[in-house]
Amino acid sequence: MKHLWLTAYADIIESLRARWFMIYTLVFGGLVVVLFAYGLAESRIMGFTGLSRLLLTYIQLSMAILPVFVLITTVRSVAGDREAGVFEYLLSLPISLAAWFWGKIFGRFLVVFAPVLLAMVGAVIWGTVKGVDVPWDLFVYYTGLLMALAWCFLGIGMLISTMARSSDVAQGAAFVVWLTLLLFLDLILLGILIQEHLPAETAVAISLINPMQVFRTATMMLFDPQLVLLGPSAYVILDTFGQSGYILYALFYPIFVGTACAATGFFIFKRSDLP
Amino acid sequence: MIQFQNVIKRFRRHEVLKGVNLTIDRGHRVALVGSNGAGKTTLIRCLLGEYTCEGVVAVDNLVPREHRREVLSKVGFVPQLPPPLKMPVGQLIKFAASVCDSNPQRMADVATRLGLDTERFKNQPFVKLSGGQKQKLLIAIALGRDSELLVMDEPAANLDPEARHIFFGLLAEKKNEAAMIISSHRLDEVASLVNRVIEMDQGQVVLDDRVADLVELSSRLGCCVRLIRSEAPFAKAIGEWGFKGSDDGKEWRGYVAGPDRLRFLGVLSRYAALLSSIDMSEAEELRSPEAALND
Repeated sequence: MKHLWLTAYADIIESLRARWFMIYTLVFGGLVVVLFAYGLAESRIMGFTGLSRLLLTYIQLSMAILPVFVLITTVRSVAGDREAGVFEYLLSLPISLAAWFWGKIFGRFLVVFAPVLLAMVGAVIWGTVKGVDVPWDLFVYYTGLLMALAWCFLGIGMLISTMARSSDVAQGAAFVVWLTLLLFLDLILLGILIQEHLPAETAVAISLINPMQVFRTATMMLFDPQLVLLGPSAYVILDTFGQSGYILYALFYPIFVGTACAATGFFIFKRSDLP
Repeated sequence: MIQFQNVIKRFRRHEVLKGVNLTIDRGHRVALVGSNGAGKTTLIRCLLGEYTCEGVVAVDNLVPREHRREVLSKVGFVPQLPPPLKMPVGQLIKFAASVCDSNPQRMADVATRLGLDTERFKNQPFVKLSGGQKQKLLIAIALGRDSELLVMDEPAANLDPEARHIFFGLLAEKKNEAAMIISSHRLDEVASLVNRVIEMDQGQVVLDDRVADLVELSSRLGCCVRLIRSEAPFAKAIGEWGFKGSDDGKEWRGYVAGPDRLRFLGVLSRYAALLSSIDMSEAEELRSPEAALND
């Protein structure tokens, strides 16, 4: 356990000094600043106002940015470290492969999640200073959803990194994965699938195995409990899960996907050449 | 201590190691030489358990891949190319000492002996150090712990002559308790450090020879070089060895580490036409080169 935390700590120290981390932090911090600057906290849409409105917009933007950021930075830095000889040296030290791999994941998780969380905390502090009501239930729920999404794509990123032997290949593969998941967010695409006589349940199942769509639907559920915006597919979702069931599914399914991908990555890592 | 039995390593269809058989015991100081692509680095990575391979690789009957912690806790490794680590020097020392169950101060002390003040650089990222400073720190991490096997890839390539002498002295302190594998492209770089030479070519051991172990690792030679005329390129070359010249630039005096004598003579050979005389004699640590030469 000691070696796992040492590896996590070392990875955090490495990441905090990396350029990608600065850009990543600036993007998420900047998002909150921009949303405040454009007065989103004061606007009102679909009954949402103040911080609720800001958090809602922030999480929608996070869904677009977080997965691709986590994927690309993870595969670039992990595969890049291997190419540059960092693995050759650090893995010559007496650390078990499990402590190394999982330590790296935990360290990386803290690094990718901290800026996202801090931006939200910053928004809450700012709102409190301005005397705006803080929607704590929304804050906790969104934090959980973002954690699950970050963990999911971190696991996928680690799997890609262990499979690809160069950072270029890893980066390309990560982009293709992200693009594929993004494509299946498209309701038009799903509409075409149904038009081509694909059963509606299958189309809904496709969207329910896509962690990005799961996240998106879960964020909608808070301001649209009957999922009216989703159309007929809402019936399948609500009939299958119920509202609370879906919220739990949205929190645990991405964590399961991330963990399964990371575990597969570890299995491959353990059996293959390390540097 | 170390056994390689019919070790074969393939990268896809390309066979990089073609059935290597070797046994290395404690006290052996092995020069692993060969041209680029000979298989030296691959063999080292198999030994460190970083590569999977066919055949048997064992350190004290333990397979490195399966008993990583037991095996690697005995191994001090210095890579040829320092890794581009962004963590600060102090952090790297603490990290290495913690995973190796060693004392960070012990590593810092070795670094200080090599001429690197870790306290001064403790907040500086490792990657920002100069090539020589990185090499000194990696050597300090490898030697500042209890190791029974030292694996070093061109370890002294970036060191200045004074640091090389101290490095050789540090190796001398370990020579009876540890086995050493020193990899190099050129035998003359490491010849005086070792008592066994293994040459690899295209994935096979083509030479395995014991060599005379006459040079004391920690020895030093007082040296005086006289020239028929002064030359700026020579002054620059010998200045890098820490030699001091006379006012007319025709006489140069300084120390050469014992194991470095071949390398030093190699440098002098480039200026053979300029040389008038060379005096070299064993010197003790505290004596001046002049006193050593006057004996």
